[in-house]
Amino acid sequence: MKSPLVLRIDRIRCDGRGTCAEVLPELIELDHWGYPIIANGSVPRDLERLAIAAVELCPKMALELKAAEEGARSVSDRTDEPL
Amino acid sequence: MNPTELFNQRASDEATSRTRRLLAPDPWASAGLATHLKDHGALEHHPTSERWRMGMLGEIERAGLVGHGGAAFPTGQKLRAILDHRRKPFVIANGTEGEPASMKDRVLLARAPHLVFDGAALAASLVGADEIFIVVHHDVRESVDLALAERREARLDRVRFRVMTAADGFVAGEASAVVNWVGRGVPIPLGKAPRMTERGLGGRPTLVHNVETLAHLALVARHGAEWFREVGTAEEPGTMLVTLAGSVVSPGVFEVAIGTRMSDVLDLAGGPSAPIQALLIGGYFGTWVPAPVALSAPFSTAGLGVGLGAGLIVALSTTGCGVRETARLVRYLASQSAGQCGPCSFGLPAIAEQLEFLAHGMPVRFDDLTRWVTEIEGRGACGHPDGVARHIRSALDVFGDEVSEHLEGRCSASERRASLTIPMGEPL
Repeated sequence: MKSPLVLRIDRIRCDGRGTCAEVLPELIELDHWGYPIIANGSVPRDLERLAIAAVELCPKMALELKAAEEGARSVSDRTDEPL
Repeated sequence: MNPTELFNQRASDEATSRTRRLLAPDPWASAGLATHLKDHGALEHHPTSERWRMGMLGEIERAGLVGHGGAAFPTGQKLRAILDHRRKPFVIANGTEGEPASMKDRVLLARAPHLVFDGAALAASLVGADEIFIVVHHDVRESVDLALAERREARLDRVRFRVMTAADGFVAGEASAVVNWVGRGVPIPLGKAPRMTERGLGGRPTLVHNVETLAHLALVARHGAEWFREVGTAEEPGTMLVTLAGSVVSPGVFEVAIGTRMSDVLDLAGGPSAPIQALLIGGYFGTWVPAPVALSAPFSTAGLGVGLGAGLIVALSTTGCGVRETARLVRYLASQSAGQCGPCSFGLPAIAEQLEFLAHGMPVRFDDLTRWVTEIEGRGACGHPDGVARHIRSALDVFGDEVSEHLEGRCSASERRASLTIPMGEPL
């Protein structure tokens, strides 16, 4: 079985344009300042097409779809480098 | 320190079973190479012997040494991660110490620089690096340069050392920010990090270790894992440099066996200078713990239930106001955002503003405040917003009664000015 896809945001690139939340309100909401909050990164099969559209429409190219394992690893990337 | 004082200190060390490994008892003792070699002996390297390298890695893992920069990541595991990659790696010794109240990396580099050099050279031998960057706070640049000059004259090292002065700023010490600083002169964290151990400086695998971690490494290499585990607890072996600050008689840096009772740890700084209400443990990304809980607990992650971070312990007296202290620290931390990610660069100032309203007993959007604190977590390229969120959550919890007072427009503290160290600004 194909592993589920996960949405990831490059927080440095993201400029809070909000396109992603317009295309994919089912998975993405915006905070008080217009920056996206993804409640649960994994994308249900029936939303995959919209998720791809959100990635393609992001004017800052800050949104990515990755296979679940890679997405999970990128979270630990951040925590294993101490200050 | 005169001979009588030194004698008394040694006697009191024995009485309190104090362990000194990184720092000599006499703070004025020479930090020179001759003294270092007399006290510790020369460090052997056999970088071409696969057997030596694997044996040493095993020893480091058995010792249970973890990083002393804040994240307590297992040192052996980090070294092995570098070995998984083919390209020649770099080693960076991180003595940036961006944490404003922490002094331990500077004290270590001033008093025992050769232990740090030894540890860095050993790490380089283990991972096959031949170039090491020592990044140090400008306060100690001169002593580090002197130490390196001594080593060059003695032809002690086969690797090439380069000393760099660290950038200022709270986030400048984060591992990817240090790599960015060494490589490009830009002291802010890199986003979308492939692991530093995979692709760091110049695209090569890069080992970034805190300077204290390297000093411990130099001692593990000499004395072995069993010796290392003689002090500390079974789960958290060894000693740790701590910076004692706030309401203690003589603030400063001390070496502590992990697991020592917190009240005994504070006694190293002469004990509390006033009755204590709470202690901030770890650093400004750390956690507040109420004094009655903290003082009787062992100084360990298991004992205190919080991470020990970079070893900062700040005592807040009962006359101070936890809400004001928190508001002021959070305003400082907000100012230290690298400004790269929206949730951090917009969220932190807004959160700081609401905390300031709270501190001054002005109308506050308390629900928004708590929601924003939750929302910023995990939404930065580095851990800055997460660290601030952790600090605020523990403050709102530990100073809960005082928060209620402030929501009613009152403050029960007799000392209204915030006192904790930040590098700039007026007391709130």
